[in-house]
Amino acid sequence: MTGSVPADVEALIDEVQYEEAGEFPVERGYIYTSCASVENGNPLFWDDEVAAGVTGGPIAMPTMLSVWFRPHHWAPNRTKQALPLQVHFDLKERFGLPEAVMTDNTIVFYEPVRPGDRLHTRQILKSVSEEKTTKLGTGRFWVIDVEYLNQRDELVGVESYTGFGYRRGEA
Amino acid sequence: MIATKLTLADVHVGDTLPELAYDVTATTVVLGALAARDWRPMHHDHDFAVNRNGVRDIFLNTPNQAAWFERFLTDWSGPKGRLGRMKFRMKGSVFPGDRMVLAGTVEDVTTDDAGCGWATVLVRLTVDGDVKTDCTARIALPVTDDDNPWSRHGDQWRP
Repeated sequence: MTGSVPADVEALIDEVQYEEAGEFPVERGYIYTSCASVENGNPLFWDDEVAAGVTGGPIAMPTMLSVWFRPHHWAPNRTKQALPLQVHFDLKERFGLPEAVMTDNTIVFYEPVRPGDRLHTRQILKSVSEEKTTKLGTGRFWVIDVEYLNQRDELVGVESYTGFGYRRGEA
Repeated sequence: MIATKLTLADVHVGDTLPELAYDVTATTVVLGALAARDWRPMHHDHDFAVNRNGVRDIFLNTPNQAAWFERFLTDWSGPKGRLGRMKFRMKGSVFPGDRMVLAGTVEDVTTDDAGCGWATVLVRLTVDGDVKTDCTARIALPVTDDDNPWSRHGDQWRP
């Protein structure tokens, strides 16, 4: 085991990976469910007249960006388990780190997301740390950007995740 | 015409936002995870959370916390408030049985070169006084009653 970043991982930094289309168009059922989950009564999401006047029509909660690319839990004829944020899981596997948590998350919002939009995403590994030990265990931190674009290739948002993959410490 | 709830002139550094307190249940956690299409077991499977993740229970996921922060901010701003950026730092988990409290303080008020008004707000999610998540948010606010940050596109929107 070595603490430095291997060359094959270093080579992935700043490379675009996993360009993917969402499995379904943005739809209002999830918007309502998301609003309900946090009791968000913002009329932009509940009153079409307000939405028309303020945002030019209905939109999704901006913080729902990641909702639209999370794969179905099951789909017919799928042979491999689909995982959101695949780069994160690739790194867990590459380094043999069974556990992981997200520690930091930055979201930047651009064009509003609207019902009927078909989003696509791409993942970019930004950095990987040397081995570190925290109270959770020993592992590595990494930063992954996910860019979201709509069917007109307009940027709708960028999420930047800091993950920590680790092995639990001995009790 | 939609009434403007808050304009930039109403906001000053040091202002505090109305506090939001909420009693988290298992339903809160599971509903939030499913709304986010997050099927990972630590957000719905108590046994997995305890015995695999080594935590005391299932816990709120990150996208749902983001949604809570959004709701907290736009409750304050009104519908013309438009989020530009949110940065989170998770310091601890939020479990069923916790009473989470969201509180916010305005840290900066500016107008950018495109004429868009911005407030930077530090939001803290605490449980029993312990900070579980910090969120620094940049939210655009109307600079006048008839301004609307949602009308900005392209280089007029600089989040």
